[in-house]
Amino acid sequence: MASTEGDIRQYVISVKVENRFGVLARVASLFSARGYNIDSLTVSATEQEDVSIMTIVVQGDDRVIEQVKKQLNKLINVIKVTDHTDLPTVEREFVLVKVNATSSKRAEIYQLGEIFKADIADISPKTITLGVKGDPENINNFIELLKPYGIKELMRTGRVSLLKE
Amino acid sequence: MKGADIIVESLKQEKVEHMFGYPGGVVIPIFHALYNAPFRFILSRHEQGAVHAADGYARASGRPGVVIATSGPGATNCVTGIATAHMDSVPLIVFTGQVKREQIGNDAFQEVDITGITRPITKHNYLVQDIKDLARIIKEAFYIATTGRPGPVLIDVPVDISNAEYKFSYPETVHLRGYKPVYEGHPGQIKKACQLIENSKRPVIYAGGGVVISNASKELREFVKKTQIPVTTTLLGLGVYPETDRLSLEMLGMHGTYYANHAVNESDLLIAVGARFDDRVTGKIAEFIPSAEVIHIDIDPASVSKNVPVNIPIVGDCKQVLAEMTQIIKAPEIDEWLAVVDGLKREHPLTYEKNDKGRIKPQFVVEEIYKQTKGDAIICTEVGQNQMWAAQFYKYTQPRTFISSGGLGTMGYGFPAAIGAQLARPEKRVIDIAGDGSIQMNIQELIVAVQHRLPVIIAILNNGFLGMVRQWQQLFYEKRYSHTCIDFAPDFVKLAEAYGAVGMRIDTYEEVAPALQKALEITDRPIILDFRISREENVYPMVPAGQSFKEIIMRELLA
Ligand SMILES: Cc1ncc(C[n+]2csc(CCOP(=O)(O)OP(=O)(O)O)c2C)c(N)n1
Repeated sequence: MASTEGDIRQYVISVKVENRFGVLARVASLFSARGYNIDSLTVSATEQEDVSIMTIVVQGDDRVIEQVKKQLNKLINVIKVTDHTDLPTVEREFVLVKVNATSSKRAEIYQLGEIFKADIADISPKTITLGVKGDPENINNFIELLKPYGIKELMRTGRVSLLKE
Repeated sequence: MKGADIIVESLKQEKVEHMFGYPGGVVIPIFHALYNAPFRFILSRHEQGAVHAADGYARASGRPGVVIATSGPGATNCVTGIATAHMDSVPLIVFTGQVKREQIGNDAFQEVDITGITRPITKHNYLVQDIKDLARIIKEAFYIATTGRPGPVLIDVPVDISNAEYKFSYPETVHLRGYKPVYEGHPGQIKKACQLIENSKRPVIYAGGGVVISNASKELREFVKKTQIPVTTTLLGLGVYPETDRLSLEMLGMHGTYYANHAVNESDLLIAVGARFDDRVTGKIAEFIPSAEVIHIDIDPASVSKNVPVNIPIVGDCKQVLAEMTQIIKAPEIDEWLAVVDGLKREHPLTYEKNDKGRIKPQFVVEEIYKQTKGDAIICTEVGQNQMWAAQFYKYTQPRTFISSGGLGTMGYGFPAAIGAQLARPEKRVIDIAGDGSIQMNIQELIVAVQHRLPVIIAILNNGFLGMVRQWQQLFYEKRYSHTCIDFAPDFVKLAEAYGAVGMRIDTYEEVAPALQKALEITDRPIILDFRISREENVYPMVPAGQSFKEIIMRELLA
């Protein structure tokens, strides 16, 4: 019975954990032990004080991710593992971008910012720093459009993901 | 009450009878409390020995083994033992000392991050950060170690926690939101599995260590009695079904019997019970069981469909699931298949080339151990050829009578494990079948057996080689015996005597039985039997690593 190599694709896995010492290391090491690079990982407080949710975005193939999910479930401090990859979800992420802004380009950048409902976080003689929240796709678009001006620094928070009702 | 006393009181609540370990700076407070504890403390001579002994104790008794070691080197010396137990799902509670909380992370004297180091090789671990949590953590540790798929749990105790004061109250129950092992198999799956079995033509049961762990040997035997399906076991499953029975195919895998591997290869249905399709069993996975469907019963969902696709997974305790299946199943019609299996057993038995003169064949020694003990001993093994011959040529009929490091393959495991097994089962003879390489890895524990008057027999199959590695070099590396000759060796008889044990050297066939008889008469100290065996004997059959059953080597190929 041959085992089939699956295609590599992006997964979004939501892990509800007890908020205890060492949990993050346990969860992260299950991915790293398999040589998987985590694209993003957020740890979020929830409506329950002693429960956190980790949203992990990772590239991998089906069989290995299936195994990682089972291994995650085996961790004593993990309450629930949900694979959000193919489920209806709402996702949000936040990005801060510091972009070159010579006086001739400033107006354009402000305009772009307005379209994306960016908040102007900081202004310096040569740069503008904008913050945008939105779904990851939206943020990708925003970054693409800023690229021609020269991005000096950029930081994304990584996404949080909730299942739709 | 001091933290150290809370530990001892908690162990009393858990009805601990034996504890294994070694002291050091940060655990002196705990040892102070252990001074008049009402259970037996076994002082090892190396922490690795303590962990293996606790592991052997657990495997022989079915109860968790308990260990204590100091911080730093004491803790790191435990690592191989913990990993060994983890791979074979053995319940252990390992206490390690830790530096004061305020010093953690400062590279303090004898500080290591042992919870970090052992994270991937424990079922769970704890660093106690508040004295209020100590009793709860111990309660949880025992619960986690012994339920579901068992495993080692480590508790790292900073020395100021051991010295802190708090009232003792041992929790009655545990609340672990993320840990709820499933014991009952899904009834729908069980029904489907039974239908598949009833319609099968060439079914084989493949039973593993999970059957030992869940104490399901009786249920397995009843299931086989009703269905008449032949049974093969893994290394760690030896004994769950009597190997003396017609339906037993004995062990499968790399050094399994020809008939077990052949039958599995030909089967149209493989019923895996408490086994995990290890690569030493499957060989080349793409060619494993070309025409079989698979039913997999296991308590660990992560073991199911991990290596091999499964048609009917049943997550649950083997004991319950097998009992339920036996209730509803009808026997399949497989007379033809049984005739085939009988024929395979008749035509391709386990053999070796006997020679009456020259050096003793190791297989003969193992057969003789089986005869002299009437198959009623507990056999522990080291790792290598000795382990495989012990598995092949002694016939196991009861669970928990074969104790060996399967998953990790830890040389130096067998002897300390035998000490633990002997403490757990004082009425049994315990024999460590050893290699001359492996036995030197934890020989320091000999004094422990002498001190506690444990009549463990160490049967060294002495070939002057790291035999299993030499075998691979012979077969696959042009016979270049690179650094595997160890005939520059101690005199094991004198070594035994230096420790206060009995030592005997056996060079000829005629001496084998008398030496064993003499050893079996000794009941108050350990015995080393140094069997000088045929130096380049190989283990057969052999399916070379990563190959399929078709590649099986049955015996020495003439050069
Ligand atoms: C701790 C450890 N180191 C190395 C090995 C690799 N290894 C596997 S079998 C073997 C040879 C064992 O030699 P010996 O104990 O003399 O047994 P024999 O194979 O000759 O019976 C070695 C070195 C191992 N399994 N464990």
